[in-house]
Amino acid sequence: MSSTLAPRRAARTDPGPHGRRAPRRERLVGRLATLGPGIGYLTVFMLVPLALVLSYTLFHRGRFGGVVHEASTENFTRVADGLYLGVIWTSVKLAGLTTLLALLLGYPTAYLIARLPRSWRTVALVLVVLPFWTNFLIRTYAWIILLNSEGVLNRALTGVGVIDRPLELLYTPGAVVGGLLYAYLPLMVLPLYSAIERLDPQLREASANLGARPARTFWSVTLPLTLPGVLTGCVFVFVPSLGNFVIPELLGGGRTVMVGNLIRDQFLKARDWPFGSTLALTVIALLVLLLMVQAWAARRLAGGNRA
Amino acid sequence: MSDHHAGEPLVSIRSISRRFGDVRALEQVSLEIRQGEFFALLGPSGCGKTTLLRILAGFEHPDSGSVTLDGADLLAVAPHRRPVNLMFQSYALFPHMSVARNIAYGLERERLPRSEIRERVDEVLTTVGLTGLARRRPHQLSGGQRQRVALARAIVKRPRLLLLDEPLSALDKKVRAEMQLELKRLQHEVGITFVVVTHDQEEAMSLADRIAVMSEGRVRQVDAPVPLYERPADLFVADFIGANNLISGVVTADGLRVPDVGLLPCPAVPDTVGVAATLAVRPERVRLGADGGLAGVVRDVTFFGGTTRVAVDVAGLDRPLLVTVAGAAAVGLGDKTRVDWSDTDAVLLDQT
Amino acid sequence: MRRFNWLYIPAGLTYLFLYLPIVVLVIMSFNAADTPYRWDGFDTAWYGRLFADRAVREGLINTLVVATGATALSAVLGTLLAVGLARHTRSKLLDAIAVAPAVLPDIVLAIGLLAFYTAVQFTLGLHSILLAHAVFGTAFVAAVVRTRLAHVDGSLEEASRDLGATAPQTFVRITLPSLAPGIVAGALLAFSLSIDEFVIAFFTAGPQDPTLPIVIYSMVRFGVTPEINALATLLLAVSFTFVIAAQRLSRLTESF
Repeated sequence: MSSTLAPRRAARTDPGPHGRRAPRRERLVGRLATLGPGIGYLTVFMLVPLALVLSYTLFHRGRFGGVVHEASTENFTRVADGLYLGVIWTSVKLAGLTTLLALLLGYPTAYLIARLPRSWRTVALVLVVLPFWTNFLIRTYAWIILLNSEGVLNRALTGVGVIDRPLELLYTPGAVVGGLLYAYLPLMVLPLYSAIERLDPQLREASANLGARPARTFWSVTLPLTLPGVLTGCVFVFVPSLGNFVIPELLGGGRTVMVGNLIRDQFLKARDWPFGSTLALTVIALLVLLLMVQAWAARRLAGGNRA
Repeated sequence: MSDHHAGEPLVSIRSISRRFGDVRALEQVSLEIRQGEFFALLGPSGCGKTTLLRILAGFEHPDSGSVTLDGADLLAVAPHRRPVNLMFQSYALFPHMSVARNIAYGLERERLPRSEIRERVDEVLTTVGLTGLARRRPHQLSGGQRQRVALARAIVKRPRLLLLDEPLSALDKKVRAEMQLELKRLQHEVGITFVVVTHDQEEAMSLADRIAVMSEGRVRQVDAPVPLYERPADLFVADFIGANNLISGVVTADGLRVPDVGLLPCPAVPDTVGVAATLAVRPERVRLGADGGLAGVVRDVTFFGGTTRVAVDVAGLDRPLLVTVAGAAAVGLGDKTRVDWSDTDAVLLDQT
Repeated sequence: MRRFNWLYIPAGLTYLFLYLPIVVLVIMSFNAADTPYRWDGFDTAWYGRLFADRAVREGLINTLVVATGATALSAVLGTLLAVGLARHTRSKLLDAIAVAPAVLPDIVLAIGLLAFYTAVQFTLGLHSILLAHAVFGTAFVAAVVRTRLAHVDGSLEEASRDLGATAPQTFVRITLPSLAPGIVAGALLAFSLSIDEFVIAFFTAGPQDPTLPIVIYSMVRFGVTPEINALATLLLAVSFTFVIAAQRLSRLTESF
């Protein structure tokens, strides 16, 4: 064998002057040229602003607005006050209820769309997304027309004779949940659809073939395998619902106050930025907690599926 | 390109090593590739052959060792400046460009005059037999046609060295045989040195002038196809190239002694008496129904058309002995028979 | 015979729920009455009123200026970012930074930017909204381009280098054209999100130049006016055309 081989040289321990150095420089240039602008931009216009908000939580409001740079934990004790905690709790409840309703409506819808013939699937999906592409405020406005005491729904109901006096529909927590659901339902359907569509239909067939009834197959096969999509959809709906202030204002009529309204008022009316920042930090903390639970659940599911 | 000096070393690879974390992709690899030859890097997947190819192309860099081309350091040259071109396994044809634009791409980078580019593109299209398809997009071509475009795009640059990464793996069986002949013809015609990477030993045997068999990051043997087949240098090569009967025993003056079987014919190698060794004998070298040799029972008969492979159970051997005979076999399942071979048809190998 | 599929009930409810308000809006936009609660016959007068409304017209122009600028900026930053994240780093932190604007509640980004602009004494106006919208625009373009990048054969870029192209030449001639459908799709997304965006615009707008969503907000808050119905119908028609066009475009580029 050795006759055809070139004589061996002693192994060199250092990488040598060539080979690695030139491409390393080129890689650095490539990295800077591609990542530099975007990360730089997001640093200035996102990370620095967020850091600023974070730092405000330690300060307090000056007599005429503005921020007094004296560190204290005063803002946090205020958030813990019953009134504000109550608003945060209401927000979590309403956003949670919205998410649950979105899941109950969205899952069967997504399931049905995923089972449609391919050509119809696109149409059905576009129809789900389309309202999402009209202005968010106009969609909310549509609900005012529908729910008003003289609105379409009440007139229809009185007209048919189901009720004799108009119902108080607008300016209720129910109206707020309806508005939130209307605004974010497509965000639930889309991830659910992609999770269900990816599911191998042979798995359901195998389950049926092994003697499981449709309901059993759903609980034992379909639902566990699409749970990552469920979690994603829930986060997509819960997050924007929690921080929303427009829908509670327009459909809640100021009677249903959510944490978003508090933050908005602190920044634009009371001009107490430190306290507004602290409320915002509370929202972020809740969301980070939620994302951690989601990541944990997704990891557990992935492990469970592999086993 | 007719003025090349066949046989002169073109590429010298010396003691190249490359690790990826804990994996040793290449361990002290040294090779010479000669001017004008068709060279193959053959080995199972993960043997390091692709890493070596990518080092030659410039997309990978060795941790240590050197590579020279025409005596000059190749590793210091950026990939786009090397007189080396690669035909990718996926062909990597640019989907947004026509066939002609794909082929012209490399020439445009050399800032050649338009007229010369057009001339050379036309010329190479004729060479690979694709005249008339210049305006097509890659997705409008068949697999074989795509491969010809990839080849044309690489050879039009007139590289000193053309690398081909598993060139035939994406083709179906019939087109593959056709392209195999085509590749050989082209290599003769353009006179460029070809280095092909493949895991398919038949492909390597039929294409290459010389083959380097690799396993686990090391070169096991470099040889022309016939010696490689007939005189494997070690157990790995003997087992990897073609079918082989491998039997372990101890060398004696009269043959290889195998416990419970007896003395088996093998060539005499000086100073090996008493050494544990493995005997390798090709199925087509084994005689079936001989007078002497080993007694056995036919366990399986598989008919391949031109040849038949017979598996014979021999008492004392843990694997059945394979015998290839021309045409149909004269024996049937369960028949008692004898197998034998001449000592010069067997090869003795170290057991490591 | 096939059994009735019970899933049709919740799915039907979903579509009814999604479209009932929209249908009511469209019908009401052709209502002659000056209140949406009574039907006085078919009329297109509200459209005339809408076109004559200066605030709406200026709001629309402002919105288009902001969306166009933010989209252009996002397309450049997002595309580079996507290539960088996919090919030049394995950093989880940079990954997180790049998706953060898409996950962050809008109000958090809004107050952050307001605080930031105030701290550096940046005058508020269309430019401050534009820069703010480019934050989430960049994130969405980067996300869309990255999914596209996952489908692009990495050996194309190596092939280009192998044939003698420098790294910048390869980026312009091979990487960008392969990514074009993704860049267009991402830019469309960024554009439509910017057009629709209210919360961040509301916090970062100057007093002079409200965008269309801000104009709509004050109209809705001020009271119910049928002009909004006409505007809603028009916006619906535009987004409908937009969606269909995008669908066609993506089908066209799928063969690519």
